[in-house]
Amino acid sequence: MKLIFEKSQPGRRGGELPKPDVPAAEVPAALRRSRPPRLPELAEPEILRHFTELSTRNFGIDSGFYPLGSCTMKYNPRVNERLVMLPGFRDLHPYQDEDASQGALELIWRLQEALLEVSGLHACSLQPAAGSQGELTGLMLMRAYFADRGEGEQRDTIITADTAHGTNPASVTMAGYKLAKVDTDARGNVDVAHLRELVDERTAGLMLTNPSTLGLFDEHIQEIAGIFHDVGALLYYDGANLNAVCGISRPGDMGFDIVHINLHKTFSQPHGGGGPGGGPIVVRDKLEPFLPVPAVVKDGDRFRLDHNRPKSIGKVRGYTGPFGVFVRSYAYIRSYGRQLREMSEVAVLNANYLLARLRDAYDLPYDRLCMHEFVLSARSLKREHGITALDVAKRLMDYGFHPPTIYFPLVVPEALMIEPTETEAKETLDAFVDAMLAIADEAANDPTVLREAPHGRPVRRLDEVKAAKRAVVKYGFEDHPDLGAEPAEPRQLEAQKGA
Amino acid sequence: MPTPTSRSSPSHSLSYLSLTERDREQMLAAVGVSSTEELFRDIPAGVRLGRELDLGPPLGEQELTRHLEELAARNVDTSRELSFLGAGIYDHYVPALVDAVLQRGELLTAYTPYQPEMSQGVLQAIFEYQTAICELTGMDVSNASGYDGTTVAADACFIAKHATGRRKVVVTEATNPQVRQVVKTYAPGFGLEVVEVTHRGGVTNPDDVRNAAADAACVIFQQPNFFGCLEPAPDLAAAANDAEAIAVAHVDLVSLGVLEAPGAYGCGIAIGEGQSAGNYQSFAGPHYGFLAARNDFIRRMPGRIVGETVDAAGERGYVLTLQTREQHIRREKATSNITTNQTLLALGGLVYLSWLGPQGLRELGETCMGLTEYAKRRLVDAGFELVFPEQATFKEFGVRVGRRATEAVSAARGRGVHPGYAVGRDYEGLDDALLVAVTERRSTADIDRLVDVLAAA
Amino acid sequence: MAATESYPDDLKYHREHDWARIEGDEAVLGITWFAQDALGELVHYEPPADGATIAKDTSYGEVESVKAVSDVIAPLSGEVVAVNQKVVEEPETVNADPYGDGWLVRIRMTDPSEVDGLLDADAYKQVVAES
Repeated sequence: MKLIFEKSQPGRRGGELPKPDVPAAEVPAALRRSRPPRLPELAEPEILRHFTELSTRNFGIDSGFYPLGSCTMKYNPRVNERLVMLPGFRDLHPYQDEDASQGALELIWRLQEALLEVSGLHACSLQPAAGSQGELTGLMLMRAYFADRGEGEQRDTIITADTAHGTNPASVTMAGYKLAKVDTDARGNVDVAHLRELVDERTAGLMLTNPSTLGLFDEHIQEIAGIFHDVGALLYYDGANLNAVCGISRPGDMGFDIVHINLHKTFSQPHGGGGPGGGPIVVRDKLEPFLPVPAVVKDGDRFRLDHNRPKSIGKVRGYTGPFGVFVRSYAYIRSYGRQLREMSEVAVLNANYLLARLRDAYDLPYDRLCMHEFVLSARSLKREHGITALDVAKRLMDYGFHPPTIYFPLVVPEALMIEPTETEAKETLDAFVDAMLAIADEAANDPTVLREAPHGRPVRRLDEVKAAKRAVVKYGFEDHPDLGAEPAEPRQLEAQKGA
Repeated sequence: MPTPTSRSSPSHSLSYLSLTERDREQMLAAVGVSSTEELFRDIPAGVRLGRELDLGPPLGEQELTRHLEELAARNVDTSRELSFLGAGIYDHYVPALVDAVLQRGELLTAYTPYQPEMSQGVLQAIFEYQTAICELTGMDVSNASGYDGTTVAADACFIAKHATGRRKVVVTEATNPQVRQVVKTYAPGFGLEVVEVTHRGGVTNPDDVRNAAADAACVIFQQPNFFGCLEPAPDLAAAANDAEAIAVAHVDLVSLGVLEAPGAYGCGIAIGEGQSAGNYQSFAGPHYGFLAARNDFIRRMPGRIVGETVDAAGERGYVLTLQTREQHIRREKATSNITTNQTLLALGGLVYLSWLGPQGLRELGETCMGLTEYAKRRLVDAGFELVFPEQATFKEFGVRVGRRATEAVSAARGRGVHPGYAVGRDYEGLDDALLVAVTERRSTADIDRLVDVLAAA
Repeated sequence: MAATESYPDDLKYHREHDWARIEGDEAVLGITWFAQDALGELVHYEPPADGATIAKDTSYGEVESVKAVSDVIAPLSGEVVAVNQKVVEEPETVNADPYGDGWLVRIRMTDPSEVDGLLDADAYKQVVAES
C-alpha cells in the first residue's frame, strides 16, 4: 500500500481556512522558512480513503478477540466517545476560570473519589499520562517522603519481582534508585524467604503487581507487606492487573501505600494504537503532601485547584492530566456503579475457562486457579516439533485472532500470556480454544504452515532484523531506499525468536 | 435487592457483559468449581473487601448521558464565550475529517503494534506521522509521540545528558512555565542541574545563553516563546553550539509553515506540544508531545519508533524498530520508561497536517500573524500598551490592561469575552498583563469586540 | 550463516561468555558461540573508544540483536588498541565467525596475571552445560 506522500500531487489540497482581510505580517528574514515542508497534497476524499484503507489493514478490539496479557483489551463503550465530544468538555480551555469549569473539576474530583474507593486509599492525583509515568511519579513520591523524614540517603534500593514488566526496573533507574530482584517460587508467589534476605534498612520499597504477570494472586501478600512496613519501607502497586480484583480485594487493604491505575486497561479508555492512556496514582494519607500539583479539591460545594502544596514533588505532566481520558473512565465506572465487582468476576471466570480447556494441549507452569489472565508455555511444542511461541502467535492470526502476549513474563520459556477480559462471549472463547488446539495439532502434523504464518494478513511475516540494521524511519521522497531490492537477510526468521 | 454474595446473574444494566446464567454454569463446570466465589479462594480472608463498593447504582446509557451532560453544561467552553485564551493550549479549527478517522474502530481500539502483521494500519500511520514531523522540524528521526509538550522537554534533557556526559541543562525563562516545572520535577531522579536564563524585553539574549551554556548538555528555548514573541532562534542555537551544548527548540507545529525548521538553523533536537495541530482543547488532554532529532541521537531516543522493512514475500511493510532502546527489553538500562504513548492524538495531527497540506499550513501561519498584528494595532490605538512592543510575534502577545489582569478578565467575561491569560501569576511585574492568543478561529469583528470590551471596563 | 557450536582449545574463557586470545602482551577479545546463539542475529555493536581503558569483569561495550541487548564483559583489563570496524559495520559477522572475523577489540593487557583466572575450553564447556 502506498504511503500518503506517494499519493501526493502538487497543487491538491484538503480544506481551506478563512483568510481574513488584514494586511500580511512579515516574518523577520532571519527566521523565515526557507523550504516548504513536504506535507501531503491530496483532496479530502483521497485523504479519507487513505486512512480508511489503513484501518482495514489493522485489527482492534472492535475487530475481534485481542487477548494480550496485562493489557486488558476489553470493549471500549461507544457512549464514551459521544460524551467526550460534548462541547462543555471538548472545547474547554484548561486556563478557564474555576467558576466556569465547575463541571470539569467536579468530574475530576468524582473520578478521584471513585478510584480511592476501588483502591482503598486516601488521596489521588490524576496527572500521570500513563501507567509507566504513574510508576515514576510513585517512586518520586517515595523519594520525597523519605527525604522529608531524613532517610533519603539511607534508602537507595527498590525491590521488584523477577516477573515484573520492563517498565518497573526502568522506572526505578529513572527515579535514581538501585534495583534488586526477588525470585518467584514454585507456586508462582513471591519467594518470601528470598525476600527476607533482600529487605533491610536500605530498602525504600517494593514494586509489585498483584495478581502477578503470571495471573496468580500472591497468597502471602499480608506477610510481604509486613516485611516492608517493619523496616519502614513502602509498597508500590502496579495497577496493570487491577481488572482481576475490583470490588473483591483492594490494594490499600493488601498493604500497598502507593497505587497506579491504568485507565486504558481497567477503565476502558481506548488504546488508540498505542495510546493515549491514563496512569493516576492513589496514596496512603501520609504520602498526600507530596502529590503533584495542582490538586483538585472540594471546598464546600465548590471545586477548585489547589497549588499550595509546599511538599509536592512538582509537576509530572501539564495541567491536571488527560481530561478526555477521565471523562471516559468516569462514565465507565458510573455505568457499573456498585456492581463493578461483576466486571472482575466475569474476567476471572473467562480466564479460568480458557485455562481449563487449554491446559492439556500446552504446558502449564503453575498449577493453580488463575485470576484474570494466565500463562502457558509452548516449550513442549518447541522440544518435540521445533515450533515456538512466536509461530503459534503468527498462526493464530490466520484463525482471526490477535495473538496473546509472547515471551513474557521472562521466567517462563516460550510464554503465552492470555487475558480474555470480561467482555468476550463464550462462543468467542470456544472459538479461540478450537484454534489453539488446531495449532497444537498442526505443530505435530504440518509445522511448515506454522513457521511460515501468517498467510492471511495483508503482509507475510515481517523482517525485524532488516529494520533494526538499516533504520529507515521516515519517507525519503526521491531518495527513498528500496529495501525490497536489497539482499534477503540470512536467518531472519530464526533471529526473531523472542518476539 | 439481593446482596452481592447471593447475586447469580449480571443485571440487565451491565450491557458490556455477554455472560448468561447458562454460560456461567457450563463454564464453572469446565473449570471444575461450583461457584464464581470459589475462583477467588486463593485470596486470603484478611484482604477481602466484604462489602459492596460505594459507587452508587449502575447507570444505563441514557441516565449516564444525562449526568455527564449536566456536568458539561456547567463549563463555559469556546462555543459559549469568545475566547482569546492561549498560553500553551490553543483554539484552532479541527476539521471533521480528523474526527472521522479517529473514530475508525480498527485504529481507535487497537493497542501497541507489537504484532506487526496485525497492525500495518497503525504502523504505517505512525511512519507517516514521523515523516511529517521530520519534514516540519528539519530533523532525521521522530518518535511515535511523547505524553505532551512538557514531558518531551525532560526527554530531551535525558538524551542530551547521555550524549554529552554533562549534567547541566539550560532552559530559557521565556519557555512555558509548565515545561520548566516538569523538567525541574524530573531533574533530581535524572541527576540534572537546571539553570534558567532570564528574558530581556520578552526575548532571550544569545550572549546570556552562551555564558550559561558552558558545560551544559543542552539549551532549551521556545519558538515562539511563552509571551508569543519570536526569539532570535538561530543565534540562540549558535550560542548553544559554541558551548558544545545541544540546541533544543520547543516549537509550535502550526508555525512551521512560515517559520524556519529548527534543523535548518543548528538545533539537534526539536520538541513541542502537538495540540495546536489537530486536537481539541479538551481541558488539556489527551494531546501529544512530539520529539525529533538528528540521526546521531537515534539510539538514545525514547519512545517507539516505526521503521520500514520487507516481509517474507519481499513486500514493503512496517515494524516497531530499535526496540532495544525501550524498557521492555533494556529494563533497568532503558533511557526512558514510556510505553503507552499518545498515538491516536498524533494520528489526529497527521490527518490535520494532511488536510492542510504545505499551502494550507503556510496560509494558516500567515493568517495567525496577520490577525495578531491587527489585534495589537487596534489595542494600541485604543490606548493600551503592549508588554513587548519591539518584538515580532506569531499568534499571541502581551498587553497591559491598566488594572489587575484578573479583574480585567472578570469584567470582560461578564460581557461574554475571555480576553486572555493573566500572565502575572508566572512572571514578576506582569500583574497588569494579559497574553492574548489570536488564531484563525477569530475574525476581525471578534477582535474589535475584544477591544471594546477591554476599553469599556 | 551461523557457525556450528565450538569452543576452540587455544582460547581462554570468561563465565559471562566472552573469550580471549593471548598474543604476547596483547589480547584479542570477543563473545562465544553460546552468547551469539542466545542473542540471535546481531544488528548493532557499540564499541569502546580507541585508547579507552577497560577493566576486568566490567562492561566495555554492548551488542544488540532485534530482541535483546547485552553488555560485553571484559575478561581482562587493558587499554584498547584496536576496535574491529568490520563488526561495527556488519554485526552479523559475529554470528558467522565468533572467534575469527568476529573479534571485538584488541587490548594491551595491564595485568597479564589475570589470564590465570580465566577458564580453559573444557571448564567453559561445563559453564555452558549448566546454563
